[in-house]
Amino acid sequence: MPEPTPEPEPRLPDAHVPGPARTPQEGAIADTGAGGTMDLATAEGESLEKTPGGPLGTGPAEKPRSLWSDAWRDLRRNPVFIVSGLIILFLVFISLWPGAITWMSPLKCDLAKAQEGSQPGHPFGFDGQGCDVYTRTVYGARTSVSVGVCATLGVALLGSVLGGLAGFFGGAGDSVLSRITDIFFAIPVVLGGLVLLSVVTSNTIWPVIGFMVLLGWPQISRIARGSVITAKQNDYVQAARALGASNSRILLRHIAPNAVAPVIVVATIALGTYISLEATLSYLGVGLKPPRVSWGIDISAASPYIRNAPHALLWPSGALAVTVLAFIMLGDAVRDALDPKLR
Amino acid sequence: MGRYVIRRLLQMIPVFIGATLLIFLMVNVMGDPIAGLCGDRQCDPATAAQLEKEFGLDKPVWQQYLTYMGNVFTGDFGTAFNGQPVTELMATAFPVTIRLTLVAIFFEIVIGITLGVVTGLRRGRPVDTSVLLLTLVVISVPTFVTGLLLQLLLGVEWGWIKPSVSTDATFGELIVPGLVLASVSLAYVTRLTRTSIAENKRSDYVRTAVAKGLPHRRVVTRHLLRNSLIPVVTFIGTDIGALMGGAIVTERIFNIHGVGYQLYQGILRQNTQTVVGFVTVLVLVFLVANLLVDLLYAVLDPRIRYA
Amino acid sequence: MRGATHAKWVACAAAVALVATACGGGSDSGGGGGDGGATLSSSWGDPQNPLEPANTNEVQGGKVLSMIFRGLKRYNPETAAAEDWLAEKIDTTDSQNFTITVKDGWTFSNGEKVTAKSFVDAWNYGAGLKNNQKNAYFFEYIDGYTKTHPDDGSAPSAGTLSGLKIVDEMTFTVKLKQKFSSFPDTLGYAAFAPLPQTFFTDHAGWLKKPVGNGPYAIDSYTKGSQMVLKKWDGYPGEDKAQNGGVTLKVYTDNNTAYTDLIAGNLDLVDDVPAAQLKNVENDLGDRYLNTPAGIIQTLAFPFYDPDWNKSGSDKVRTGLSRAIDRDQITKTIFQDTRTPATDWTSPVLGEEGGFKEGFCGDACDYDPEEAKKLIEEGGGLPGGQVKITYNADTGSHKQWVDAVCNSINNALDNEKACVGNPVGTFADFRSQIGDQKMTGPFRAGWQMDYPLIQNFLQPLYYTNASSNDGKWSNEDFDSLVDKANAETDIAEAVKTFQQAEEVVRDNMAAIPLWYQNGSAGYAERLSDVRLNPFSVPVYEEIKVG
Repeated sequence: MPEPTPEPEPRLPDAHVPGPARTPQEGAIADTGAGGTMDLATAEGESLEKTPGGPLGTGPAEKPRSLWSDAWRDLRRNPVFIVSGLIILFLVFISLWPGAITWMSPLKCDLAKAQEGSQPGHPFGFDGQGCDVYTRTVYGARTSVSVGVCATLGVALLGSVLGGLAGFFGGAGDSVLSRITDIFFAIPVVLGGLVLLSVVTSNTIWPVIGFMVLLGWPQISRIARGSVITAKQNDYVQAARALGASNSRILLRHIAPNAVAPVIVVATIALGTYISLEATLSYLGVGLKPPRVSWGIDISAASPYIRNAPHALLWPSGALAVTVLAFIMLGDAVRDALDPKLR
Repeated sequence: MGRYVIRRLLQMIPVFIGATLLIFLMVNVMGDPIAGLCGDRQCDPATAAQLEKEFGLDKPVWQQYLTYMGNVFTGDFGTAFNGQPVTELMATAFPVTIRLTLVAIFFEIVIGITLGVVTGLRRGRPVDTSVLLLTLVVISVPTFVTGLLLQLLLGVEWGWIKPSVSTDATFGELIVPGLVLASVSLAYVTRLTRTSIAENKRSDYVRTAVAKGLPHRRVVTRHLLRNSLIPVVTFIGTDIGALMGGAIVTERIFNIHGVGYQLYQGILRQNTQTVVGFVTVLVLVFLVANLLVDLLYAVLDPRIRYA
Repeated sequence: MRGATHAKWVACAAAVALVATACGGGSDSGGGGGDGGATLSSSWGDPQNPLEPANTNEVQGGKVLSMIFRGLKRYNPETAAAEDWLAEKIDTTDSQNFTITVKDGWTFSNGEKVTAKSFVDAWNYGAGLKNNQKNAYFFEYIDGYTKTHPDDGSAPSAGTLSGLKIVDEMTFTVKLKQKFSSFPDTLGYAAFAPLPQTFFTDHAGWLKKPVGNGPYAIDSYTKGSQMVLKKWDGYPGEDKAQNGGVTLKVYTDNNTAYTDLIAGNLDLVDDVPAAQLKNVENDLGDRYLNTPAGIIQTLAFPFYDPDWNKSGSDKVRTGLSRAIDRDQITKTIFQDTRTPATDWTSPVLGEEGGFKEGFCGDACDYDPEEAKKLIEEGGGLPGGQVKITYNADTGSHKQWVDAVCNSINNALDNEKACVGNPVGTFADFRSQIGDQKMTGPFRAGWQMDYPLIQNFLQPLYYTNASSNDGKWSNEDFDSLVDKANAETDIAEAVKTFQQAEEVVRDNMAAIPLWYQNGSAGYAERLSDVRLNPFSVPVYEEIKVG
C-alpha cells in the first residue's frame, strides 16, 4: 500500500509477507480510466491508518471528544467543506426536482435547431439533435448523481464487509480474498466495461452500477482490511477480548467505528470518479442508453461535434467537473478533519 | 530475499489462472463471434459450423479454456480472425505501447513529483491551491475530451504536432498522447507526493538535517524526497500495467496501433484469442511490476528487509 | 469496424476504368501532367477476414481487392454497368448454360498467365466448404454447389463444382442449377476473381503478400498497420494506374483520419465522419466528393414476433415510415450525403436498371397527422413503444437513430414512443439478429454486390434469403422473383422485379430511409479523384502532383 512514511515496526502483519511490516502487495493499485482518483483515494485513505491508537489517542489534555464531533467541529469552520456541501445539496435538489429550474422536457428535440448556440429561453443552446442543452444538463444530474452515489454505496458496503471480515479473521479466507482482489486489479476497467456491459440489454442504471461495484469493491476491501488489522492490535480491543466479548461484538462495537474513517474518505473521492467513468462508458457505447438523460450520454454524443458546437460538450462536462470537484473537495475536507496529524 | 521472491512468484500462479479464466469467461458470454464475420448477412450455417470447429468454439467452455491454456504454455496464443497469429499482433503492439507507457511515466515522474514537492513544501499557499484545483479539473474531465481537444488545438489549429501517430510511433510523436494518457495519473502522483512531503517535512530527521546547517536544496532532495518516494513508486509501478491496457481511448484518438487498440478491436470482433492473449500478458506485466516495486522498497528504505 | 457497418463490400472490379477512356487512357502511364511515379496515402481499416477474394465481405478488404484484381466483368465507375473485362465473350442460349471465353494476354503480376483454369480453380476453392469462404454462397447457383458445400455442414461429397468444365486453355463452361439471366452481370464481384497457382501451392505465403492481376501489386503488407501498393508496370489492361502507388494506412478511428487529412498528413479519406460533414466545405473547399453509391439504409422488422406480424401491422409500419422526417435528417445529420429514399433499390441502378423515383408514394412522405392515424388504425405501437436496435461501435448510427426516434416522438406527440437501443458491438448485434431476438425495428443496411435490382430484393426479402434478417415471407414476392430470374429478356426481368418490389411496398416489409452516398475528401496535390458506385475511390485514375 502506498504509505507516506515507512515505519520500521510491523503494523499490518500479513500472513504472506513475514519480513517487512509493510504488506508490499497491498500496493496493487489497479486503475485505468477512472482509476487514478480511486488510487488517490486509496492512498489518502491509507494515510489515516497511521495513527496508532486512532484519533482517540489525540488531545489528551482536553476532555475526550468522539472522533465525529471533533471532525464535525473542524468541518463547520472549513470553507472548502461548506462550499462543496452547498454544491452537493444543490445537486441533490435538482436531481429530485429538475422541473423546478427548467421549463421544458429534456426529450423534446427539434432537429431543425441542431447545434444552434445560446438564444432566449435556451441559455446553453442546442446539441446535435436539437435538444435543449440547459434542460438536459439539469435533468442529467439525477442519473449521474445517482450512479455515483449508488455505486459508491455498493462498493463501500461490499468492500468493507468483505475486507473487514478478512482482516479480522485472517487465515485462509484472507489469503483467498487477497488473491481475488489481485485478479480484479489485473483487469483493466475499460476492458471490463466493454465486455460485461455489452452483454446487458437492460435499460436501467443498475447494470452500470453493478459493474462499477464489481470492479470497485477490491479497492475498498483492501483499505478496510488494512484498517481493521491496524485497529485489531489496539489495547482496547485486547481488553474487550479479555473481558470475554464475542467476535461480533468486538467487530461491530470496537473495531468498526475506528476502522470506518478511511473507508468513508475513500468513498467520497471515489464517488466523483464513478461519474466520470460513466461518461467514458457511454463514449464507448456501452454505458447508459436513451431515453435516459445523463451527462455521460450527452458528453459522448457531443464530443464528435467539438468543432461546431463546443457548447454542447462544454456544459455537461462543466457540470460533471463541478460535481466531481465538489465530491473530491468534500472528501479532502473530511480527510483533513479526521486526520489529527495535519491539524 | 530469494525465498521471498520465490514465494511471490508462486503466489502469482493462482492469480494468473484466475485472471485468465475470468477474462475467458467474460469474452465467451458476449455471444457468438462468428455472427459478426459475415457482414449484414447471416453466415450460411455450414460455413459457420465449420468456422466454429476451426476456432474450437463448438466445445464446452471449460474445455476451450484448458486447450487454450495448454497452448499458451507452449507459446501458442492462437490466431486472430484475420488469420494473423496473436503472437505476431503482440510483437507489433507491445513495443509501441511500451514506448507510450514510458513517455507517460516520464511525465508522471518529472511533472508529478516536481509539482508534488512544490505544493508539499508550500502547503496551504496559493501555489498549492491552484495546483490542487488544476489537478482536480484534470481528474474530472474524461480522457477522451482532453484527447480530442489537444489533438484539435495542437494538431490542426496550431499545427505544432501531427494529429496522428505514424506506424513507427517514435518517442517524439508520442509526447502528446503520453501526456493525455498520463494526465489522470499525473494528478495522482502530484497529490501523493504532496501528502507525503507535507508529512515528512515535520519529521525528526529533516529537523536534524536543517539544524546541521545543510543547504535547503540538499535537505529536500537527499533527505525529504527519498523518504517520501515510496508511495509514489508504489503507484507508478502498479500503474504500468494499467497504463498499458487502459490506453484504449487514447490510442483510438491518436491512431496508435498498440495494445489498447488491439484489445478494442479484439473485443469488437469478439475475438477470444486476441483478447485473452493480450490480457494474459498484461496480467503478467501487472504482477511482475508489483513484485519489482516491492523489491524497490528495500532500495529506497534501508530499514526494509526481505527475509 | 468501419467496413463492417456496410454489409458487404462488394465491388472490386469496379473501379477502374471509365476513366481510362475519359482521360485519353489508352496505354502507357497516363498523359503528360502529374508525376506518374508519385504515390499517395489513403485511409484504411484493418480487414476483418483474410484477404482471399471469396472471403472478403466488407469494404476495407474490398478496397484492396479492387486494386489488385480484375475479373471477367468490371463495373463502370461512372454508370455501374457491367462491362466485359477479362471476358472475351460470355455466351448462352438458355440463361442456364454459359460458355465463357477469357481474353488472351492477361497475366498475374508474378508473370503467370490468366487462363480458364485460373477462374475454375478459384471458384472451386470459393465453393469448397472446407475452405471456410464466407462468400461461398455466391457460387450457389452453379450446379454441384450442394455437393461441395452441403447445407447441413456434413463432409462435402465432391471437391469441385460439377457445373464448371474447362473446354480449352481460354474457355470454360458454367452450368447453373436454374435459369438466371443476369448471371454474367454478377461476375464483376470480387468473389469471382481469378487466382494464380501460388494461391494454392503456397497459401500462407500468398496471404502474407497477395498476388493478383490488377493495376497495382502489393509491395509490402504489415497487417494491422499499413499496405504499400505499387503500380504494376506490366499491367495489360486499359485502366493503368496514373500514379506510382498507394499506401493504405490503417486508422483506429475515421475521425482521426479526417483530422490527419486537414493537417496535411494524409492524401485521401474515403469515409468522412458524419460529425465532420459540416466542416468539409471550410476545410477542403471543392476537394470533397459526395457521390451516389449503391447503398440503402432501411429499418427492418422482426416478422417472427407476432406483435409485428398481425393484421394491421403493415399500417403501423407505414405509420412509422410517415413519422420520419427524412428530409430534415438527411440535411442536418448527414449534410446531404444521404438522399431520402423513395423506393427499395438505389438510384445508381438507373431507370433502366429498375430504380423508380417516388415508387414508395405517400408512404415515405413525412406527415405527422397521417402517421398518428395509421398507427392508431393498426392497433397502436406494440407494447406502446418501439425500440430501434443498432450497433454502437460505429459513430454515425447513434446519431441518425436518435434523430429518427425524435422525429417519431415529435410526430406522435409522445416522448417515449421511440427509443434507440444500442448494442455494444457489431458482432453482438449480428448474433442477436441471427438468434431472432429483435423485439422491434432494427438497422438494416444494404450495399449492393453488383448493380442489379435483383441484388436489392432477393437477398433481403426472399423467404429465408441470407440477409432477410426480419424473416419476412411472402409467396407472391417469391414467385415473382423466381419468374424474373428465369426471364431471358433483361427489360422484362426488371419489370417483373419491380412487380415484386410492389409487394414489398404494399406490405411495408421494411421502411426505406435513405440512399447513402460515398463521401471522400482529398489533399490539394491530388486530382481526378472520384468514387465508384460502390463508394470505393477509383485509385488508378488519381493523379498526384
